[in-house]
Amino acid sequence: MASEATAGPEGTVAVAGPEAGPAVRSVREHTVEIVSDPGEGAQKCAQIFGALSAKMGNGVWTVEIIPAEIQPPPRLPDGASGNRVRIGSGPVTNWGDAANLVVAFNEQVLLRRHRLDALAPDAIVLVEDMWKDHPDEAIRTQWAEAMEELTREASYRIIPVPMEERCLTVVEETRRGKNMFALGILAWIYQRDLELVRAQIAHAFRKKSQEVYDRNVELLDLGYAWADEELDFRIHVPAAPGDEATVVMNGNQALALGAAASGMELCSMYPITPATSVSHYLAEIFESFGGRVHQAEDEIAAAGVAVGASYAGKVAFTVTSGPGVALKTEFLGLAVMAEIPMVLIDVQRGGPSTGLPTKVEQSDLLAAIFGQPGDAPKVVLAPATIEECFHSVVAARRIAEALRCLVIILSDANLATGVQPFPRPDPQEEWFGAAPDLSPVPEGALPYDWNEETGLSERIVPGRAGGMHTVTGLSHDEHSRVAYAAAIHQQSCAMRSRKLAVFQKTLRPPSLYGDEEGDLLVVGWGSTKGAIEEAVDRAREKGLQVSSTHLTFLSPLQPGLGELFGRFDRVMTVEINYSDDLDAPYIDEENRRRGQLAWLLRAQTLVDVDCWTRVYGEPLRPADILDGIRGRLKKGEGT
Amino acid sequence: MSHVACPLFAGILDEEREFQIEDYEGALARWCSGCGDHAVLAAAQRLLRTEQLAPEKTVFVSGIGCSSRFPHYMKTYGFHGLHGRALPVATGVKLSRPELDVFVVMGDGDCCSIGAGHWIHALRYNVNMTALLLDNAIYGLTKNQTSPTTPEGHRSNTHPRGSILPSLNPLTVSLGVTNASFVAQTAEWIPAHLEATLAAAHRHPGFSFIRILQRCPEFTPHLYEGLLKDPASTELLVHDDGVNLPSLEKIYPTRTLHDPGDLARARSLAEDQGTVRLGGFFRDPSRPQYQEISRPPRRTVAQRISRLNEELDRHAV
Ligand SMILES: Cc1ncc(C[n+]2csc(CCOP(=O)(O)OP(=O)(O)O)c2C)c(N)n1
Ligand code: SF4
Ligand SMILES: [Mg+2]
Repeated sequence: MASEATAGPEGTVAVAGPEAGPAVRSVREHTVEIVSDPGEGAQKCAQIFGALSAKMGNGVWTVEIIPAEIQPPPRLPDGASGNRVRIGSGPVTNWGDAANLVVAFNEQVLLRRHRLDALAPDAIVLVEDMWKDHPDEAIRTQWAEAMEELTREASYRIIPVPMEERCLTVVEETRRGKNMFALGILAWIYQRDLELVRAQIAHAFRKKSQEVYDRNVELLDLGYAWADEELDFRIHVPAAPGDEATVVMNGNQALALGAAASGMELCSMYPITPATSVSHYLAEIFESFGGRVHQAEDEIAAAGVAVGASYAGKVAFTVTSGPGVALKTEFLGLAVMAEIPMVLIDVQRGGPSTGLPTKVEQSDLLAAIFGQPGDAPKVVLAPATIEECFHSVVAARRIAEALRCLVIILSDANLATGVQPFPRPDPQEEWFGAAPDLSPVPEGALPYDWNEETGLSERIVPGRAGGMHTVTGLSHDEHSRVAYAAAIHQQSCAMRSRKLAVFQKTLRPPSLYGDEEGDLLVVGWGSTKGAIEEAVDRAREKGLQVSSTHLTFLSPLQPGLGELFGRFDRVMTVEINYSDDLDAPYIDEENRRRGQLAWLLRAQTLVDVDCWTRVYGEPLRPADILDGIRGRLKKGEGT
Repeated sequence: MSHVACPLFAGILDEEREFQIEDYEGALARWCSGCGDHAVLAAAQRLLRTEQLAPEKTVFVSGIGCSSRFPHYMKTYGFHGLHGRALPVATGVKLSRPELDVFVVMGDGDCCSIGAGHWIHALRYNVNMTALLLDNAIYGLTKNQTSPTTPEGHRSNTHPRGSILPSLNPLTVSLGVTNASFVAQTAEWIPAHLEATLAAAHRHPGFSFIRILQRCPEFTPHLYEGLLKDPASTELLVHDDGVNLPSLEKIYPTRTLHDPGDLARARSLAEDQGTVRLGGFFRDPSRPQYQEISRPPRRTVAQRISRLNEELDRHAV
């Protein structure tokens, strides 16, 4: 990993600073991390820095650093909490490889990032220095040991910062003050517009008093002044503020806002990480859209209430993560069987079982498509960006209604907490859909009046005179009568399946990133798009014949895959789920268990699709993907 | 006619239509002959006729079991869903369409075993609907397995030497739940009592829970024999705010005046299982109803679009 960690600032131009001033380094992009003990506000600092940078026209990707422990004692490496903010001159689509600059509130959380290979070998490290000469000898020893470890392998430029000392001149309690001091340092280094910083602080603390704002600004100025006195470098990431209206939010906020924009009126849920914050945001705003968040007694009931509501009226949705999907399985099958339009959002985390609750994984793909006993055709789609999170919910509601089917959206923990600016959506009336038809049904209308060609039929909701029937999860005929005849089951299965084929005909082949043909095609889905494309860019810069394609629809698969794959010597998926490595003991081509998309593509296209997958509980790093690509191509080493 | 959502339509729609029993009859009921479910079906149809409920505005939701076939035999809207999961579905229906009249039909396995969590919470949500527990004290559809309400010692296919646990008491469970608002017990073999109980439950604003003692000649043929042979052994709880049928006095002479407003007494009456008591145990029409207290305001598309724009502005860079 470390070998590619400097890829970020490649192309760095050293620019002479103003006379006698600090050297200003101009770079295409820079990755900053701010880490502290939980509760010290590193996240707030980073969020403001990210939003600010977006406002100034930089591309931004912000991702949370979540403590491995829930209530860690202070100064524990596992307690490291904060954010990574990657800013660039152009759009930033992923969290990158390693941080170029770190602000750490103690040396232990810094150590954690170091041990996770999160820092570039030449990273600039600004660390609170109060621990160095701390009265507690144990702490002094920890500091010394940490410094020893930090300087052993890497060549960080470590700059001690008297955060505590300086902050104490303004506040009595520094626990909630250092983050603004740190923000001041960052604002100076990255030459942020102080007016904008203040406006952003005002926004972030809009629910707090004037006093809080004043104190935060004072701390900001203090940090800024310290940096101005002490630092000999500044970093310039050229920004191009566009005139296109832009919004910035994380993926879960985008899903929630998408739900509000989709016309759905009921979010039925049970709390589960990392999906819950979708409902937190909705709980704040949904009522003013005429919607309701129903916190059900359990995951099953959450699905059941959504099924009941969708059956009786406007399409409803439920939002959950892996363990919840498992529990909702029976209701998902019912929604398919009874052709009740419904939307399920799965913000994936590591699995199986309780797995890695806060960490990213893409391992619910096959469960979503095949997880229900019996044949349960449904639409499965996966947003690849924060922007797509928003639009995927609007689309899902419409698809569910048009096809009278279940739609599953697969997001993940990377998108959930990743923050990225994107073009401001332009709300359209048709997004919201119409209220269900309550007029009397025409003579002879049937609840499952399947069009023999397409499998499509129009649903009849309760309240429509003349349309009375009983929906059932048992196999049924077009009257919704329980049917035990084999022919009817064969026919109704065909009808439910046919709808997907009809839908597939409306989809476009996935677009290609890179050349039309070559040695290797990388295929991805979901949140890995940015990292994959960045890896492809680097591979191509090194002369490798690599392209990539990214699938939005997983069920049905987009058309043209076989033909597309045929234009490349090799096809390989890149995914965040488990697969056996071919060089591991006992593993061979015959028994190898593959990445989930790879299984699917092999089955569907009969192409010998390979896979490169990792389950480190973190987003993929472009440099790692590049290694994977090189390994597969068995060339390019040393380039 | 009392349940017309909009008074404007009262004249056009309902007054012209005088619903007869046939208007509520769906597919031919396929329960065993002598099965108590037939009587519940007939009583429900009579209730709907008496109340003149529009079939298209009425929904029967059920789980899976013999009893859960019920909606197919009604000519209303119906939802025959999953084993144990009728209540969440019914809750969803009512949340999205509060103007619909919702009934829920469950078996004892359905409600008190696999769906017990939903049962507790449905009582607490107190969503305005009428829930019927058809309690034959056995799993009927899957052919004779012990249910939570199977009496201790009763032999079934899963406990051939007799059930080893004391049976669960659905009344005390229901009466123990915070915000429960209507709990009653009746028996399908006393049609007048059954119908009067259904009517009281249906009138009640909130979640009405009725346990209906139900014969299953197939698997628990002797369960209620004593009660049938000796009507005096059944105690009727009577009250003007509960069920009060003077016509039953001759056959059911054992009567106790019980004010369903008295929760403590309701609990002690329910606790004592030595005597089978039928009637209203508890009723409190003032309890908050979830579909009302969680109800969002209505919003037009134009209003939503302007809200969305506001919200997007909050995230603007
Ligand atoms: C998830 C699930 N588990 C088990 C079953 C099998 N099953 C169907 S009905 C039933 C029990 C029925 O008993 P009860 O609810 O008392 O209804 P009854 O048939 O007695 O009316 C069972 C176990 C099922 N359909 N679904
Ligand atoms: S098995 Fe029992 S409950 Fe089921 S239909 Fe027959 S008599 Fe009724
Ligand atoms: Mg039963």
